[in-house]
Amino acid sequence: MAGYCGNILRINLTTRTVDTQPLDMALARKFVGGRGLGTSYFQKEVDPNVDALGPDNKMFFTTGPLTGTTAPTSGRYMVVTKSPLSGTIASSNSGGFWAAELKRAGFDMIIVEGRADRPCSISIRNSEVHIEDAETCWGKTVTETTDALLEAFGDPKARVLAIGPAGEKQSMIAAIMNDRYRAAGRSGVGAVMGSKNLKAIVVRGTGKVDSGQPDQTKEVLARMRKKIAEHDVTGKGLPAYGTAVLVNVINEHGVYPTKNFQQAYFETADKVSGETLAEEYLVKNVACYACPITCGRRCVVDGQEGEGPEYETLWCYSASCGVDDLPSVIRANNLCNDYGLDTISAGATIACAMELFEKGFIKPDEIDGPPLKFGSGEAIVEWTRKMGCHEGFGAELAQGSARLAAKYGAPELSMSSKKLELPAYDPRGIQGHGLQYATSNRGGCHVRGYMIAPEILGIPEKLDPLSLEGKATWTKIFQDLTAVIDSLGLCLFTSFALGAEDYRDMYSAITGADITTEDLLKTGERIWNLERVFNLNAGVDPGEDKLPKRLLEEPIPEGPSKGQVHRLGELLPQYYQERGWSAEGRPTEAKLAELALA
Amino acid sequence: MQVQVRLFATLRQGRFKRQSLELPEGDSVADLLKSLDIPKEDVGMLLLNGRDAALEAPLTTEAVVSIFPALGGG
Repeated sequence: MAGYCGNILRINLTTRTVDTQPLDMALARKFVGGRGLGTSYFQKEVDPNVDALGPDNKMFFTTGPLTGTTAPTSGRYMVVTKSPLSGTIASSNSGGFWAAELKRAGFDMIIVEGRADRPCSISIRNSEVHIEDAETCWGKTVTETTDALLEAFGDPKARVLAIGPAGEKQSMIAAIMNDRYRAAGRSGVGAVMGSKNLKAIVVRGTGKVDSGQPDQTKEVLARMRKKIAEHDVTGKGLPAYGTAVLVNVINEHGVYPTKNFQQAYFETADKVSGETLAEEYLVKNVACYACPITCGRRCVVDGQEGEGPEYETLWCYSASCGVDDLPSVIRANNLCNDYGLDTISAGATIACAMELFEKGFIKPDEIDGPPLKFGSGEAIVEWTRKMGCHEGFGAELAQGSARLAAKYGAPELSMSSKKLELPAYDPRGIQGHGLQYATSNRGGCHVRGYMIAPEILGIPEKLDPLSLEGKATWTKIFQDLTAVIDSLGLCLFTSFALGAEDYRDMYSAITGADITTEDLLKTGERIWNLERVFNLNAGVDPGEDKLPKRLLEEPIPEGPSKGQVHRLGELLPQYYQERGWSAEGRPTEAKLAELALA
Repeated sequence: MQVQVRLFATLRQGRFKRQSLELPEGDSVADLLKSLDIPKEDVGMLLLNGRDAALEAPLTTEAVVSIFPALGGG
């Protein structure tokens, strides 16, 4: 079947064995690839109650059938594992070039099992695969590690995926980085890699990924590229300003969480906006593999070049921490990339610590760094550094906001859902998006069903963000479609310009799969339900489908969305019904049978 | 009447970021766009006091109008 390599690489770090196995094509047909395929293997092989940081947890680095093909934005992969942060399934997505290189080496997926007795890396040169000592890289930043491993590998065209010191120290908010600046950021997947003493995976592939019959794919892919190029968002807005263009959009709607969600309008947001970033710090746009959108930002501050900050990062280090000093935000972003921290969780945890500090929960004599005061550029930079290397009180912050706030007896001050920090949109003024936060299978996350598209941006049509009408239905459709896109190996940003039918066309053209759009969406629903079942079996019960008390009870105090609270209690029953689950939020036997999951 | 106007992204080019403008009573959002020489088709998002607004929406004293081209991200 074109698109797939047909091989998976199973590596056991305890026994130091490497095994190439055929891809289970029945599972590939049923779950497409990427997130779906990884979840199906994961669910078959891993006990839901496994210790996320123990040797029995496994990691699935999975590509989709379109990854590495000529399809636009086809550079994506997923890391599927159990999250140490949330206890849920983790499926963390990243772009760059690493995944396409893995496909060119001939593998659809890498399964990492066990735990090495000393720091190691995995080296893949086409079918030649070795586990190598990496003790000299342990303690090094992502940049240093990448440089050292590329030199040792002896081929500058190789691609490096690595953790930084945060992952080594098993920070609950550690990311996995690839191509230096791209992050599988969320859910603490970097900690799982660190727990296995696995520092990096270097890959070089010189093969060709089969993009299907040229006659069939040429027309379809040209049509997709045209749609992406002609759409205002993917053809103009994202190339010109990157994701950071949303700063002013969201702020002007009065749903820009400020000072740990105490407010929802940041008076000086324009100083730390995409427009200002483009005017003063942008060096050039950068693109991931096969991407015509080029939303990546190469920026320079203090003579140091880095990528980003993205919108979410700009938000959590600026408005969320009350900081309007853009150079400090860029420095904090660069530190996250180098230490391997999830920028959203890192910035949001500092914001939580600032509220804990200002309200007297954290005492000044407890901390060994700058005062945790809202508005302090010095604090966001220095505390990020300390989190990254687990220095002093930074080690407390590196466990994420839920554990930090709970330790101080104020769990309600963690702005998270299922312990994953909420991103940059205040759900009190965007009801559907709040429902998505509460029901996301990996916790508070915006990229499992981006309801901002219809509720704020008007894509594919404009919905009233304050209304509840139809929101359960829209949320389900967005969640299911996102699961499909994540499984194909494409970037979610394509969905601004493309619809479900387009994804079907690309999948069919490249793999030859005979599938209807309806069945492809059904596959997304299957993936969503399988993730849900894993979480339930892992003890994450439906009572965890919640939002912080502040968002349900404290109205937004000022700005355009003044007076709003989130109405989750009204939406959740509608959502469970829409999903065909029980009133308690559990997939019914009939639903699982319908999805061939029983 | 005084109206606060905020422009974003490409709409700032050759214009301004934010300005307080004096407009005739009874002017609508469409009248404002015309006075700023912003073609309707260049507008992706239009907010009046932070809420979505139609082109024919009447402006009032101290109103805040935020005008964006079509944008997205996240």
